[in-house]
Amino acid sequence: MKTSKKRPSVVRKTKKAGKSNLDPKILEATFLEIIRRTSCELPGDALNAIRAGQKREKPSSLGKYALGVVLENVELARKNSLPLCQDTGTVTFYIKHPHEIDESVLKRAASAATAKATAMGYLRQNSVDSLTGKNSGNNLGPGSPVFYIETWRNPSMDIRLILKGGGCENVGTQYSLPNVGLKAGRDLDGVEKCILDAVFKAQGKGCGPGILGVCIGGDRASSLSMAKKQFLRPLNDTSDNKDLAKLEKAIVKKSNSLDIGPMGFGGETTVLGCKIGALNRLPASYFVSLSYMCWAYRRQGATVGLDGSLKGWLYPTGAAGGTKTGAKSGKATSAKAKPARTGSVKTKPVKTGSAKKGGRR
Amino acid sequence: MKGQAIQLQTPLSESDVRNLRRGDVVEITGMIYTGRDAVHKYLHDGGESPVDLNGSIIYHCGPVMVQENGVWVVKAAGPTTSIREEPYQGDLIRKFNIRGVIGKGGMGKKTLDACREHGCVYLHAIGGAAQVLAERIVRVDKVDFLEKFGSPEAIWHLVADKFPAVVTMDAHGDSLHEEVEGISRQKLESLF
Repeated sequence: MKTSKKRPSVVRKTKKAGKSNLDPKILEATFLEIIRRTSCELPGDALNAIRAGQKREKPSSLGKYALGVVLENVELARKNSLPLCQDTGTVTFYIKHPHEIDESVLKRAASAATAKATAMGYLRQNSVDSLTGKNSGNNLGPGSPVFYIETWRNPSMDIRLILKGGGCENVGTQYSLPNVGLKAGRDLDGVEKCILDAVFKAQGKGCGPGILGVCIGGDRASSLSMAKKQFLRPLNDTSDNKDLAKLEKAIVKKSNSLDIGPMGFGGETTVLGCKIGALNRLPASYFVSLSYMCWAYRRQGATVGLDGSLKGWLYPTGAAGGTKTGAKSGKATSAKAKPARTGSVKTKPVKTGSAKKGGRR
Repeated sequence: MKGQAIQLQTPLSESDVRNLRRGDVVEITGMIYTGRDAVHKYLHDGGESPVDLNGSIIYHCGPVMVQENGVWVVKAAGPTTSIREEPYQGDLIRKFNIRGVIGKGGMGKKTLDACREHGCVYLHAIGGAAQVLAERIVRVDKVDFLEKFGSPEAIWHLVADKFPAVVTMDAHGDSLHEEVEGISRQKLESLF
């Protein structure tokens, strides 16, 4: 009896604590700004990798030209607060939160922000009923957005977002080793062959230079989601596992030696990075799962306070000048910046600009 | 790429097109019509074209369009993957006298053959560069099939000013896509 009396009181206390702190309106505004920034501003690590690639390409080559257009595009999108690419992709949230916050509150705020971002033009209407073909019009529906939510013990939230378009998603793939055609066995050499084969097959299709997210092992489902999760890592980090770190480096070097180049035009910049994770597997299975991300490496994240306010960005944009939102570095910006952020969303919506000549805003 | 971009003005003549070689960078000024899956299938199945496609350029693009004060505005306009139109494109090039196709990723043998025999080029726009490309579209004149096919699939009449693209399949039977694939396959095999 004693324990049964105790339990409900703990639950009640927990719920109360969550409700009293978190302001759903502030949280929704935070989600909206994360979506806007992810769609319109390329993180600095990707931008630097593209700049380095452009320098490396031969003078007067098509690869150099293509990356020049890409860099111009990145700058325009940031300046005008408009989507980098018209395919704003699958909306995928990765959230860590303290246990006292109710998961459903997070999902509601994220969904509301997603619908609003769609109406404002930061996201294209991209969620279609698979049976009827009907577009929901607001990016909401079964499986949209995608959520990966977990609790942690920190006194803040970590909210990240990946926007990944269909062109690059379609060239993602999964291998099962051994693979006779590739002469790939169940070892890291076999894994390398699978990844290089996927890079070869993606040429021209995935809007390269791309970034590779890979998972070795797991089951079919966990393997592919782990592969995609690799995109949350900084582009210039090194795997904690020595063998994987070596493989990541080798893949980038070998991919860039294939002469596929930006857009498949030929050249030296075929991939900007490769991130590999591993999961335990059954003795019978050996999967190599690969997710390909286009040059428009749209992922961003923020540290979020327990009231829902945005405390700081996790991926510095690195663009010259930054934006009104201020955060040029990944270091936490003050909580006071929040109204300005919300303001910047309101003052730069896609739909408000009038077009005198019928051109773009 | 040899220095400056070649300027093209639509409608294109056969000799305009025959003068282009794979690897040339071009800038297109004038009318461009969008058309993707639904339009290609409709025209291929015998549907009448609401526009005169003679000497025209068709753009595989589902733009983000917004109406502001009664005027259509292009918000983002990057290319979509062209290979989906491979079953139809070659026949449409011949039937409607299309001189240019803009898209992404290249197309197959049927289209390449039609380009060579009829006089047409495939132009690769930079994938994902939705803002740069939208900025080069200065006016939207009209739209056809908006109700029938929906906004991304409609035929938008876009007036372009120096719209950038790369000739990757020319009217002489040369395809940059085939070439790069051949080279990269050899390099891949040498790595294995």
